[in-house]
Amino acid sequence: MKFGVMKPHRRNQLLLIFVLVLGLGLALTFTLRALDSNINLFYAPAEIKNGQTPIGKRIRAGGMVKAKSVRRAPDSLEVHFAVTDLKGSDFEVRYTGILPDLFREGQGVVATGTLGRDGVFSAEEILAKHDEKYMPPEVAMVIEGAEPAGATTL
Amino acid sequence: MIVELGHFCLVLACLLSLLMVVVPALGLWRGQSSLMTMATTLAAGMFVFTLLSFLALVQAFVVSDFSVGYVARNSNTLLPLQYKVSAVWGAHEGSFLLWTLVMSFWTVMVAGFSKPLSQDMRTRVLIVMAGLSFGFYLFLILTSNPFERTLPFYPSEGADLNPLLQDFGLIIHPPLLYMGYVGLAVPFAFAIASLWGNTLDVSWARWSRPWTNVAWAFLTMGITLGSWWAYYELGWGGWWFWDAVENASFMPWLIATALVHSLAATEKRGVFKSWTVLLAIFGFSFSLLGAFLVRSGVLTSVHAFAVDAERGLAILWFLAIVIGCSLLLYSARAWNLRSNITFSATSRENLILGNNLILTISALVVLLGTLYPLGYEAFTGGAKISIGPPYFNAVFVPLMLPLLALMALSATSRWWKTDRQTLLKGKPVTLGIAVAASIGLTLMLPNPNLWVIAIGSLSIWIVLGLVQALAYQVRNKQDKMLALFQRPMSFYAMLVGHTGIAVSALGIVAAVTLSEEVDLRMTPGSEARVDVYDVKFFGTTAVQGPNYVADQGRIEIRRDSTLVTTLFPEKRRYLASNSVMTEAAIEARFLGDLYVALGEPLSEGAWAVRVHIKPFVRWIWFGGLMIALSGMMSVFDQRYRSRKRRVSPETSDSGELEVAHG
Repeated sequence: MKFGVMKPHRRNQLLLIFVLVLGLGLALTFTLRALDSNINLFYAPAEIKNGQTPIGKRIRAGGMVKAKSVRRAPDSLEVHFAVTDLKGSDFEVRYTGILPDLFREGQGVVATGTLGRDGVFSAEEILAKHDEKYMPPEVAMVIEGAEPAGATTL
Repeated sequence: MIVELGHFCLVLACLLSLLMVVVPALGLWRGQSSLMTMATTLAAGMFVFTLLSFLALVQAFVVSDFSVGYVARNSNTLLPLQYKVSAVWGAHEGSFLLWTLVMSFWTVMVAGFSKPLSQDMRTRVLIVMAGLSFGFYLFLILTSNPFERTLPFYPSEGADLNPLLQDFGLIIHPPLLYMGYVGLAVPFAFAIASLWGNTLDVSWARWSRPWTNVAWAFLTMGITLGSWWAYYELGWGGWWFWDAVENASFMPWLIATALVHSLAATEKRGVFKSWTVLLAIFGFSFSLLGAFLVRSGVLTSVHAFAVDAERGLAILWFLAIVIGCSLLLYSARAWNLRSNITFSATSRENLILGNNLILTISALVVLLGTLYPLGYEAFTGGAKISIGPPYFNAVFVPLMLPLLALMALSATSRWWKTDRQTLLKGKPVTLGIAVAASIGLTLMLPNPNLWVIAIGSLSIWIVLGLVQALAYQVRNKQDKMLALFQRPMSFYAMLVGHTGIAVSALGIVAAVTLSEEVDLRMTPGSEARVDVYDVKFFGTTAVQGPNYVADQGRIEIRRDSTLVTTLFPEKRRYLASNSVMTEAAIEARFLGDLYVALGEPLSEGAWAVRVHIKPFVRWIWFGGLMIALSGMMSVFDQRYRSRKRRVSPETSDSGELEVAHG
């Protein structure tokens, strides 16, 4: 069948299929590439402590903010604190900026950022929550089994 | 006592919804119209008893009846009255009661306003609505009863409503959003009813169109207000986070937007019938999926609702049943539906096809990004990942560019046969003007960039196309004003809606690329320069609210040493829950916002202060409201007011081809 003698609706259908395939193909390529480069894996304090975490790659990490570990720099907005799984593993986080309202010692926290060679986690973002009773599922997994006083249970 | 009555009313409404499925279905089977007409009465009863039940819960909140567990968890005697009322939908149980109330409202509206529809069709629509309602009632009563008492030991004071929700935004955001979510059940019911009755003609499209437009308008308004609320209340000036719960409302919106357009094509030209049905099914399915994502807590979200796996599972079952049955019915009835209607490659039908294609793909890529972490976790045995905003921006923005281009072409397009010359007439010129204007305006900015130029050009091109369409309406007319008055409302709805998209797009690109954000450490009396502004901090004073105490900062913003504004951001501590809340202070202006928020107190009286300059940010929501308005306007089109049904849809199109109609 030659394109020139096709009936108009046939031609439309062909055009339609062509556009569909092209659109889907393009979208799929774009999507998979974007997905691939934007997966942020979650790591628990124990994994960071044991060196199972890639250095310099964008990841997420979390647990509970360790009691009495929050230190502020005197002349800037830099803040350091430790995140623990309440089972003996913890790591240090460095963050510059304003912490969310519900950030508190003894509260669950999930940070996005990169782990440095010195073992300090540079956070770009600290997860803010809407509700004090809410516990991010990742943090719940991290502290599972630990039973310190005052730990929030689900 | 009133609480028990409320519970009783809810159970009664549930039974009525069951009757509303059984009795009319029996009538349909036996051909007894007396049984079928009972659906209207039952719908009214269902609505009245749900309303009574809802009011009973409102009453429990107003009088602070803490023997009701839900009230005790979400209210407090110190809570101002308006927040006591809105606290009714401040958490899971009550908000689902609102959901069922909205559902029964839509049902009774459909029952009341579909009298001219054939009795069989009308009965089928109402049965589907009743069936869905029954599912919602069962879910509410069995898994999330808001009336549960905690006798005999109940607290003497309530735990208070989450402070973030003590805001005007919460009073209106959920009801509007639910009107949209649940409203999508109406086109769904129409689609299922016509599949069921094998009456997939054009009349179902005409009937479900106004309902779809209104539901879509509510959804648009709900999302717009939600974004505005997040901007000023979450404290950090973001207006869209690509959060799982935001996506949950955005996916049905994308599908509903596609549906609004494809319904127009189906009604006007009888094309895309089976596709439109599929969109109607998926629009509502995405609503349910949203409900599941929000309420099951399977995804990490800033919108943390009560996390309950059992409830999540129940909704998942409901979702599976609804989608399963719908698609089964669809595959039995609609797969071989063909319309032997032709249209040329450059016709409006094809532009709408392009619109539908892009919107559906957009919804799917958002779905992929939203559910990917769940799939990943399942396949890797528990590895938690998140998909960040960069993914969504990378896939979503490129999809929007062709969509905007299609929109610019569409205003002067025609149904059926449009040759290329007609479609493209004047378009290169307007595109040239748009690009030139966009480059000119962008160069006036301190930091011009390609995105602003691209989106700016397309937005201006859209508006010029609309002006062109308007000009076409009056050319060759003697009385030009009269000619404008005689255009159907749906034409103006399209005008307003597409302008809204252009306005929003401009607002988004400007806010994203031109925003200035700094976090500062400020001691009282210290000054800092942000962009062209001098920001001076005067320290904080203690202030007392009805149920909170606050540190209120005073910040003066000057430009070239003239005072622009004085802002009073607050850091509040709510007494009942002892939780801290940031209350940002915003100087809102047409060309941009000045936004300041207090972080935390540091040593020596210093505070962490966040200062944002947000150019054009208001345009995002203003555009959103215009889009919502267009959905409402289209309902006032002449043809929905006339009681008589038109004989054939083709007659209206056979004469002079209408330009930009619907």
